[in-house]
Amino acid sequence: MKRQVPLVLCFLFGVATILTRFSPHPYSQFFYEEVNSWVLIITPFALVLATVTLIRAHVTRIRRRTEYWQYSFIVFAGLITMVAIGVPFGPQYPAFEWLFNNIQVPMDATMFSLLAFFIASAAYRAFRARSFEATLLLVTAIIVMLGNVPVGDLIWSETSSMKQWILNNPNLSARRGIILGVSLGVISQSIRIILGIERSYLGGGD
Amino acid sequence: MIKTTQWIFVCLVLCLSIGTAFSQGLSPPANVTAVDTPNDDGSSITINWDAAPEDSGITGYQILRRIADGELEEIGELLPVGTTTYVDSSIEGGNAYAYIVRAVTETEATVDSEQTAPVKGTGEWFHTGKIPLFVAMLLFGTAIVWNIYYARSGKEIFIRRIPGLEAVDEAIGRATEMGRSILYSLGLGRVDEVPTIASMTILGQVARRTADYETPLRVPCRDPIVMNVVREVVRTAYLDEGRPDVYNEENVFFVSESQFAYAAGVDGIMLREKPAAIFLQGQFYAESLILAETGNSIGAIQIAGTDSEHQLPFFIAACDYTLIGEELYAASAYLSREPMLLGSLRGQDWGKVLIFITMILGVILELSGVNWITILLQRVS
Repeated sequence: MKRQVPLVLCFLFGVATILTRFSPHPYSQFFYEEVNSWVLIITPFALVLATVTLIRAHVTRIRRRTEYWQYSFIVFAGLITMVAIGVPFGPQYPAFEWLFNNIQVPMDATMFSLLAFFIASAAYRAFRARSFEATLLLVTAIIVMLGNVPVGDLIWSETSSMKQWILNNPNLSARRGIILGVSLGVISQSIRIILGIERSYLGGGD
Repeated sequence: MIKTTQWIFVCLVLCLSIGTAFSQGLSPPANVTAVDTPNDDGSSITINWDAAPEDSGITGYQILRRIADGELEEIGELLPVGTTTYVDSSIEGGNAYAYIVRAVTETEATVDSEQTAPVKGTGEWFHTGKIPLFVAMLLFGTAIVWNIYYARSGKEIFIRRIPGLEAVDEAIGRATEMGRSILYSLGLGRVDEVPTIASMTILGQVARRTADYETPLRVPCRDPIVMNVVREVVRTAYLDEGRPDVYNEENVFFVSESQFAYAAGVDGIMLREKPAAIFLQGQFYAESLILAETGNSIGAIQIAGTDSEHQLPFFIAACDYTLIGEELYAASAYLSREPMLLGSLRGQDWGKVLIFITMILGVILELSGVNWITILLQRVS
């Protein structure tokens, strides 16, 4: 029974949701939007559980004095400060906005900017011309990179058009091939879920 | 004397305007019809009329409407000449609307069409424009279901080798030998996204093996709901393998809902705990390379998989094995070897064959000047 009810619900809601994509009727659209909004009800409960696990994990780190355990105090300081200001005064409160704009946003930007260095190190490994395929990749990458900067056309006037040809033909074809496979994979996976063959979302098992 | 001159001037201007209108043959918009817009939710009415001749002097059209015997009201902006259709999306359900199309000239002379019959907007239960898509979906669905039943009959189904999935046992074995943990990230996807569900299936299979080998499996989560489902997946895998004693609930934990805070948290775990094997399976965005490069820097064996074609190059460059696109969805069948899952993969391949045949046929027909297949596909999209 514990397994059958979710499977039946999944089948009914799965089929009904597919049919709403073919029906523009207001009732059908209302059903689709209503069901989607139900997710919002579950999220707060799950968030409480998740926060409890976060607190528990860091309490354990402090208690066991694991490596860099002192940083766990920063987690608690951040958590308590934001909750203490955000819950009673709301997210529009100036102090809350100040903390968000001056602490979280710059930290996010810092992590994002690391990407530039990681791209350089990953590109160095990928473009080492040790095989025919890697050499091909290297040459293609050089053309595309040069085609994206003004100096490329100064070196050779056809660089931009070559870059565009690479992006429009081999690159786009490969991307569309992947998208086609992914789309069929998604449909196939969805059918398996609706028919109850794929049950991992129920916690696996039979 | 001055008043008489003014009157003469006004009369001359009026005569000139009327004369200009008639000399340009200003005629009212013809064949004006108003119909309930097909295949919508009943929130609009479409007005059509014939295009005016080029020398008609018309410079634009203004649409007017009235409810039952109410007043005429102008709706929307002045439409440019050449327009022959207007969709009125500001109607209220239950009311019948009648329309007039007013032609306007450069001198602001106007002429109105005849009023249309009153029309009500009604929502359709089935979008007829999506019939080809519906048929394609039924065909594809039937192919998958048929192949699932074919597989259930016990017939052998061939599945090509996927190196990334072959390496799963190697990665777990390596971690076990080194006495280090395994890190599994499901990315940023939510529980209602298909790549996340596909990733959970792979995680279930990985957890079965780690339960056997007693290798610690760490799963940092970004979404609270995903975390709760993942706990259940891992717990069930350990129970199925008869090792509930090895399962540690705290190994599946929440990090942060913020994208880069999650990336920073997982990077920190990688650098501190130095897992021997890292699985990056699911929905990834800009953090993909940050995670994969950090994993590479600690020398972990990395198996990545995503359906995002923008992140695939990063994974291919930084990871040892990458599941490309649909391979992520084939993983559950590949790892479990369950006949019913393998059958659905065969059905998926039938779909691909059908699409390739359609593409080749479409190219041949288009080159021969026959374009019905292109029109059909355009309607589907």
